Amino acid sequence: MTIDNSTESIHTVEGGGKKRGAAAWISSVFENKYIGLVALAIALLMPFLIATPYAINIMTTAAIFVVLAAGLNIVVGYCGLLDLGYIAFLAVGAYTAGIIAKAFELPVLFTLPAVVIMCILAGLIIGAPTLRLRSDYLAIVTLGFGEITRITANNLTITGGPSGIYNIPGFLSIGGIDFQNPIIFYYLTVLIVAGLVLAAARLGKSRLGRAWKFVKEDEDAAEAMGIHTYKVKLLAYIFGAVWGGFGGMLFASHLTAISPMSFVFLQSALVLMAVVLGGMGNMKGVVLGALAISLLPELLRDFAAYRYLLFGLLLVVVMVFRPQGLWPPRGAEAERTKAQREAAAFANGLKK
Amino acid sequence: MAQFISDIPQVFWDGLFVGSFYALIALGYSMVYGIIKLLNFAHGDIYMVGAFIGYTILTAIGGTFHMLGLFALIIVMMISMLITGVIGVVVEKLAYQPLRGAPRLAVLITAVGASFALEYGVAAIASPNPRGFPVRLDGDFVLVLGARVTIPQIILMLIAGALMIALDTYIRRTSTGRAMRAISLDMKGSLLMGVKVNAVISRTFFIGSALAGAAGVMAGAYYGKIDFLMGFIIGLKAFTAAVIGGIGNIRGAMLGGLVLGLVESFGSELVGGQWRDAFAFAVLILFLTLRPTGILGERVTERV
Repeated sequence: MTIDNSTESIHTVEGGGKKRGAAAWISSVFENKYIGLVALAIALLMPFLIATPYAINIMTTAAIFVVLAAGLNIVVGYCGLLDLGYIAFLAVGAYTAGIIAKAFELPVLFTLPAVVIMCILAGLIIGAPTLRLRSDYLAIVTLGFGEITRITANNLTITGGPSGIYNIPGFLSIGGIDFQNPIIFYYLTVLIVAGLVLAAARLGKSRLGRAWKFVKEDEDAAEAMGIHTYKVKLLAYIFGAVWGGFGGMLFASHLTAISPMSFVFLQSALVLMAVVLGGMGNMKGVVLGALAISLLPELLRDFAAYRYLLFGLLLVVVMVFRPQGLWPPRGAEAERTKAQREAAAFANGLKK
Repeated sequence: MAQFISDIPQVFWDGLFVGSFYALIALGYSMVYGIIKLLNFAHGDIYMVGAFIGYTILTAIGGTFHMLGLFALIIVMMISMLITGVIGVVVEKLAYQPLRGAPRLAVLITAVGASFALEYGVAAIASPNPRGFPVRLDGDFVLVLGARVTIPQIILMLIAGALMIALDTYIRRTSTGRAMRAISLDMKGSLLMGVKVNAVISRTFFIGSALAGAAGVMAGAYYGKIDFLMGFIIGLKAFTAAVIGGIGNIRGAMLGGLVLGLVESFGSELVGGQWRDAFAFAVLILFLTLRPTGILGERVTERV
């Protein structure tokens, strides 16, 4: 098999040289370490190109969606835990921010400590009993928790029941400057989001991040090598929850009104789709995936009825033909194709 | 409290009735999970598709239904079962079979995608608004120990029971049933022993999906309203039922469905109907953490 491959590559070197050069150029652009800064610069310059309230609104929503995808990437992409109820953390963050800001007439930003604490608690409550479970049970339990969160928000009086919470105070105002102005809020959001994405990416390269990847690849081996897998998984969950909480705080402030309808399973599935499509584990890919998932529907307004059908089919197609996502983390590709090859061999055996 | 005690027979019967729906759907989850260790998220949506197929046929034949009555409904149910069975097999061939042996995470994500595609495919074809089912089964009731039991309820439960007994016999007595049990024990081993693994898996999907389709038509005729997201919650609950009974265990799934129906019925009587769904999921989480093997399940260890 390997011999075949190498002779083939010798033959194609001359013919395919040009194409390979182009591919190498593209990948060198994508692997460039300044690409994150370029993306940030584009995000900061966008309001100078289009500053209609509609465009600013959509771009702010997209930026919030990027935080969610970055947070879910910690759980699914780094640690390999399928969380189908991720939107619950957005709900916890948004409701905490909304309730406290409204009760104490505080700018939403000042609720940050409470939001972080509540999200850590939520992550512990959901994670502690479930993370000992088998991987596929975990998926359905998180789905159940997501639903319970929504039903609870729908039935309690403190969360405003089905009509939710409205008239949430502005994000921040110092002196006479109101930071709730859409463009200022957009810039604040982009800066917060950029910081969180960077932090998540750095986290992935830390000692803890390497432990997560080890747990994802082979949990038993990780345990044998002295990694406390339960603790490591719980930490992934909590980090994911905090990122979701930040997203919720921005979400509540952006919309100034929240209701249980914003936190349905569809939203969890969309965030998952962004992570899977972009490339689980690669923060740059995930950011791109999040932007694609949140901005494409705006461009494809005419196909609104088929949008989610298309998303569903896309999930299946990506998993069957390119399980590593469109832009996988470096180094994962070779391993994945090997796993795929084994899977194919097994499937071939079944066909005989 | 006296009110509650006098309500017990009614609550018990309602729970048993809803539980028999859960059991029918739980069977499909449990069979598929037992054989290829796949959590088929699209299963609840097959139930929804079944309801929509029943709706389409009944609307097409229109007024003639009332002359034919219940008999016609059973024929429609059988046609729906056939079609949903085929849809189940197609989903398996397109989405799951190419990923046989792939990492668990990939297969789970594919299943979520398949579920999504079915839900929004139906929404795109049949419009996302809820539809009224053309046939309502509401008839006279008889009082049994103070519980109001309607004739259609009894008939639907009898149909559900007959389907379950048929399935149980099929799995215990026929050679295909033996092949299913063999694959669930050791897939590679069965392959080497000459079992046509892929054919048997397809048949499993066919049967499971057909049962879900039957439940869909029955639920449509009983509740009178269908929409494209109706399979989501009930799929989750059927999974809960399968886990309660011991996933992979056919009789466990039936038992789990009835137990969940009862627990939910009594639970919502005690803490209020708006908590009904939350209650069911809380039971799921409790079971998974305290007794993940279920009531009748055997010890399962995660294979590496």
